[in-house]
Amino acid sequence: MKLAVASGKGGTGKSMIAANLAFTLSRTEPVSFVDCDVEEPNLHLFFPGQGTPRDVTVPVPVIDDSLCDRCGKCGDFCQYGAITVLPNRVLFFAELCHSCGGCTLVCPKKAIREEQKRIGTVSLSLPLPFLDLFTGTLDTGSPHAVPVIREAKKQAAAGDSIMIIDTAPGTSCPVVEALEGCDACILVTESTPFGLHDLQLAADVTARLGIPAGIVINRSDGNDEEILRFCTDHDLDVMMTIPFSREIAAIQSRGDLLCRARPEWQKDFMGLWVKCRALAGAGP
Amino acid sequence: MIRLAVISGKGGTGKTMITAALAHLFCGSLVLADCDVDAANLELILSPTLIRTEPFMGMKTAVIDPALCVRCGECGEHCRFNAIEYLADTCQVKTLRCEGCAVCTYVCPASAVTMQPRQTGEIKYSETSRGHLVHARLVPGAGNSGLLVHAVKKTALERDGTCDRFIIDGPPGTGCPLISTISGVDAVLVVTEPSVSGLHDLRRVVAVCRQFRPRIFVAINRFDLDAFQAGEIEAWCRGEKIPLIGKIPFDPAVIQSVREGNPVTRDGTSPAAQAIQRLAANIEQELNRVGNQR
Repeated sequence: MKLAVASGKGGTGKSMIAANLAFTLSRTEPVSFVDCDVEEPNLHLFFPGQGTPRDVTVPVPVIDDSLCDRCGKCGDFCQYGAITVLPNRVLFFAELCHSCGGCTLVCPKKAIREEQKRIGTVSLSLPLPFLDLFTGTLDTGSPHAVPVIREAKKQAAAGDSIMIIDTAPGTSCPVVEALEGCDACILVTESTPFGLHDLQLAADVTARLGIPAGIVINRSDGNDEEILRFCTDHDLDVMMTIPFSREIAAIQSRGDLLCRARPEWQKDFMGLWVKCRALAGAGP
Repeated sequence: MIRLAVISGKGGTGKTMITAALAHLFCGSLVLADCDVDAANLELILSPTLIRTEPFMGMKTAVIDPALCVRCGECGEHCRFNAIEYLADTCQVKTLRCEGCAVCTYVCPASAVTMQPRQTGEIKYSETSRGHLVHARLVPGAGNSGLLVHAVKKTALERDGTCDRFIIDGPPGTGCPLISTISGVDAVLVVTEPSVSGLHDLRRVVAVCRQFRPRIFVAINRFDLDAFQAGEIEAWCRGEKIPLIGKIPFDPAVIQSVREGNPVTRDGTSPAAQAIQRLAANIEQELNRVGNQR
């Protein structure tokens, strides 16, 4: 079972829901917990522990000036504008390169080889007996999150334990990469116009990917009518509602977990897990 | 023109709410851009009147002609994005995975693959009471959000480059949409929240910003929800010599104003509105210094 936690809008409490679910489940069964919000990974803050980081690299071209005759074919072919061929030298802009390998293929002089360049890390730590935490971290300044997400999921998929994936906010490629192959998805929202607007977008993404989704309303102040109406209209189950409370906010902000500080919440998160399993079973 | 981007690293810290309030409070002529193109929310507060919409064409996407495909598998062999799917009698491109590199067109022996333009969003140009707003909608699941951010900024600068201020509501994160947002701006305001996650994400996004050399300012939203963590952020900013120019209290008036579709500063009496008025005054003062330096 692979379960993703996504949201559209940032800061709705994705990591909080994912962390409490992983914490609760890991008391009885092994859990692979994957932080795919590689631009701003936060799960390790709630599960301190020594991690072993491994570099994530992507191939980038290296041009051998002694073989290159500046014919310009690589620059013409590169769809990303990452190579500019001048009369006397070739300029390469690594941050624009998508590592497609096209330039090495088209070079008639075989003057381009590829070299691995680090763009981030995936770190494995074992903060609890049944919890393996895989943290993908994009190096600051590196633009391409997707290869780091792909590698984090790949490393976590080695066992056959339950996998819980925390995704980035938004609806674009990093979210799609994290969601691919998941059996079900929790969409976390809040009862504001921003929360509703972005929930609609996120639900559109899960629908396009054919992943069954259920809703968690976080920090509810009781004014949830519009979210509830949207969920009814789109046949989305509201699996859990967590009220706004300064106490819960304070537990979160200091890096603690609701289910650790207030163990009575564990049964609510077990209930959420049961609903997620049912959701996955109902999928295509 | 002074260009200011409001960003956060961590999502949901209050970027959009603060951007809308700053637009409401700033003097002089403004042009606004919503560069959180995945989930654009500024329009929910600024109630813009749409002037025109233009299609956004992202990278071209490979398309395989099944009549020509000989199913040799060369395209899939060379595709680094796992975007080729093998069907019974042809190969097919998984459009969401295709990054438009065109390697498949080069290696196909049957010339069955072509690169086709594909609309992956739209750019909207609107009127608000505080100036023009350029916003966008990315097709959910589409890539190229960094390119779309670039196109949104370019539209704003081309059409309204003579305004006094260019205010950008940025995306969360540190990846390509964020980098595209902050390139070329004079200053960034990083909105954070008092939590271990808020500080962690602030540090990372500041590390990215420093590679682009804008002036950096920090504001803490909902600072009173955790006085200790707010203190940690203050201490970190002091150590890094980053001006902390605003502290906004938790205030139900904020959610109320978002629900009503108004900047929180419209009724300027709530504690949050008053704190943002002070923040705006501090930014004005700092931005004028940016202006004098250039």
